[in-house]
Amino acid sequence: MKPIKTLLCVLGVLTSLPVLAAPGAVLIKNATVHTASSAGVLEHTDVLISDGKIAELGHDIEAPAGAEVIDADGKPVTPGLFGGFSHLGIEEIGLEPTVDDYSLKLGSMRPEFDVTPAFNPESVVLGVARVGGITFAVISATAEPGGKGAPGGTIIAGQGSVAQLDGVIVPKSRALFVDVGGDASALSGGSRAAEYMLLDQAISEVRSPKSLLPNDQRLLTPAGRQTLQEYLDGHGLVVFDADRASDIRQVIALVKREKLHAVIKGGSEAWRVAPELAAAHIPVVLNPLQDLPETFDIVGATLENAAKLHRAGVKIAFSLDDPQPHNIRKVRQTAGIAVAHGLPWEAALAALTSNPAEIFGVANRNGTIARGHPADLVLWSGDPLEVTSLAQRVFIEGQSQSMQSRQTLLRDRYLEKLRAHAAR
Amino acid sequence: MKAQALGIFILTALLTACAATSGKTTPADKPVQAAAVPSLPAPSDLYPSTYRVPQSSPTVIRNATVLTGTGTRIDDADVLIVDGKIQSVGQNLQAPTGARVIDGKGHWVTPGLIDIHSHLGVYPSPGVEANSDGNEATSPTTPNVWAEHSVWPQDPGFRTALAGGITSLQILPGSANLIGGRSVVLKNVPSITYQGMKFPGAPQGMKMACGENPKRVYGERNTFPSTRMGNVAGYREQWVQAREYLRDQQEYEQKKAKGDKDAKPPKRDIKLDTLASVLKGDILVHMHCYRADEMATILDMSKEFGYHVAAFHHAVEAYKIADLLAENGVCGAMWADWWGFKMEAYDGIPENIAFVDAAPNGCAIVHSDSEEGIQRLNQEAAKAIAYGQRAGLTIPPERAIKWLTANPAKSLGLLDKVGTLEAGKMGDVVVWNGNPFSVYALADFVFIDGALRYDRTNPALTPQSDFTLGQPAAAGVYP
Repeated sequence: MKPIKTLLCVLGVLTSLPVLAAPGAVLIKNATVHTASSAGVLEHTDVLISDGKIAELGHDIEAPAGAEVIDADGKPVTPGLFGGFSHLGIEEIGLEPTVDDYSLKLGSMRPEFDVTPAFNPESVVLGVARVGGITFAVISATAEPGGKGAPGGTIIAGQGSVAQLDGVIVPKSRALFVDVGGDASALSGGSRAAEYMLLDQAISEVRSPKSLLPNDQRLLTPAGRQTLQEYLDGHGLVVFDADRASDIRQVIALVKREKLHAVIKGGSEAWRVAPELAAAHIPVVLNPLQDLPETFDIVGATLENAAKLHRAGVKIAFSLDDPQPHNIRKVRQTAGIAVAHGLPWEAALAALTSNPAEIFGVANRNGTIARGHPADLVLWSGDPLEVTSLAQRVFIEGQSQSMQSRQTLLRDRYLEKLRAHAAR
Repeated sequence: MKAQALGIFILTALLTACAATSGKTTPADKPVQAAAVPSLPAPSDLYPSTYRVPQSSPTVIRNATVLTGTGTRIDDADVLIVDGKIQSVGQNLQAPTGARVIDGKGHWVTPGLIDIHSHLGVYPSPGVEANSDGNEATSPTTPNVWAEHSVWPQDPGFRTALAGGITSLQILPGSANLIGGRSVVLKNVPSITYQGMKFPGAPQGMKMACGENPKRVYGERNTFPSTRMGNVAGYREQWVQAREYLRDQQEYEQKKAKGDKDAKPPKRDIKLDTLASVLKGDILVHMHCYRADEMATILDMSKEFGYHVAAFHHAVEAYKIADLLAENGVCGAMWADWWGFKMEAYDGIPENIAFVDAAPNGCAIVHSDSEEGIQRLNQEAAKAIAYGQRAGLTIPPERAIKWLTANPAKSLGLLDKVGTLEAGKMGDVVVWNGNPFSVYALADFVFIDGALRYDRTNPALTPQSDFTLGQPAAAGVYP
């Protein structure tokens, strides 16, 4: 017998509907649901996951036949978290060239370089992040200078995409990575000024094909011009890695002039340029822990960066600044620390969920909890921004994810040894 | 023997002076004479500490949750600091008249945090090439270098670490070399010179490194060592020389003691000074090592040459040999969750700290090795608690606080001075705005030797570094 129940829509967002048997369906009962949307926080709420989607969201939802029922006991459910910019799936281990695919070192500017084909959905790094509650991240290209006469990268590092942590690359989520600032001087012949000069030249090669320089003086290949054309036409997001206030101002001017769809990555001094960023609708993806003048580009770094940007109306998301993918679960901790330094809790959660989903064009799959939306969510043992809380269950596109990773297997193997020793 | 006696006298005078609360001190020129003696100078006689405990009024913190660092939690308790030292911890303590009273209601009090692995000052901010002073990567064995000679006291990172409750920290050379040089333990106080930060009476350490780093740095140059077996051969050659040097020293001392006026001391070698001091137990070995099998090799080597490893640092695979480390009385100094950034870190798990702690007689330490991590060692510990508890281990706060206080103090040879809130210890105390094992935790007050060095509501109390002074953008950072 199939239970059928009519629900009252207490929040005005639900409609009554019949609940049918659904293989693989999961009912999370009595959760505190942080929707990361205008619906806010839904207390004592049930979430029915079926057919990959959030089939229902409300009270006293009856479990369909065969559904797994989880008693959340009031614990928080949030959208799956954003892991920031990283080399997820393209850097299995640091310092090992055979498993590191994020950097092109041909010495020439190749915006057509896209790291996405190198993405390995089987990388064990994905599993470690996934059991930490991360469900989507931006796979990033990173430019590195050459060494000892060998060619290196350029200020256009290449392209990447949004990946879900079930191993799916999200179509049409491409981003182009551009470095400016002191760190990028080594990629542009030794001067920060040359970064803007080279960008101008590359753009003019696309904009004014009739006045192309001779082959040996061009920056871009035909494929590179084609790629850059797409970004100049607004297809795809340009990610500018910039920290110093003066560089961010240069980027704002460039973005306005070329009408780019852009985001600032890093932005340690973005708080000093917050009104301009807000007016230009340029979001900032920052590491809120940056508070030391580790370089002269970030002398103004402060733990209040996130709070100040938010207050000024700049859309923010969080990322570690090191693109190494292994510890991207730490992004959650950075959000909690931003709260300790003045960012409202809800804004911090948004910076881990709905904001990055909107910034990177995946809001139709990630970042919010709403009826009919793909079920991309996490059940937590406690406050999701608290370091002592851990993810208990993770769902991506409605699929319950294994909570096992290579790390949990190592843990279990050696826990046995420890117990045997302690018992001696 | 006269010279040695003089050395002991000076050492005693120094310690006494430092323990006193008055500003009166031993003349700074005296220890220099010790350097002139032909036998091995005691490391603490050289480049001596000029840190003096400042005068401070007595302080009592009332009605707080106190984690003593000895494994005890006392709720609704008072902590009394008098003359720079912990006087007592308990309920309804009598405070001297005129004592500063801090309302600790809702607050937690812990011993000052100790980071056993920091490169502040030797890899300071800004990290420009001119400031890169942490690795003397020109030879795989440089026991002759001392980290303190690289420490830049103006590193703004000392101040941000203080805001995280760090009251003492060990500054180590980097890990490019098999033997990287001597470390120094500092009190986290502002000073123009590193001598003004130097922890009085703290033993020096010696940094050694296993594994990938030395073999990569030198292997890439096609020089020795390029393999792990090369690494071990490299250490052993040094220890053999150190043993001979020490034997020659001792023979010379014996001859001299017997009145042999022709006795000649062995030629002074500052590399071997360091290594011989390790073999004598005066300098403690801090060993950067990731893999379990390599740590076991190092333990065998320490037995071959007769020294003790104070701690394995990073020790990403310590959880695989938690029993072996505990049986050998060796601490593991670890990150909470770093892994994968190189092959030897591939097996890192976030239960590492909790597993090392769980072994009977285990000694777990949370370290930073990072100017960011040192600002919140309490949160690193909190993560380790959470993962450990999920694995079924019981880790109350009064136990976990030892990872940041008593255990690093023990490993540094300083447990008689710091690391717990026991009577007579240095008044290094942190008052937290709540349970320190939380992402929202902030230090409200930090005392060092009884002096208030940090007050969250009064940032002007802690001087900013000369470097940040006048940097226009820094105005919002250091109000």
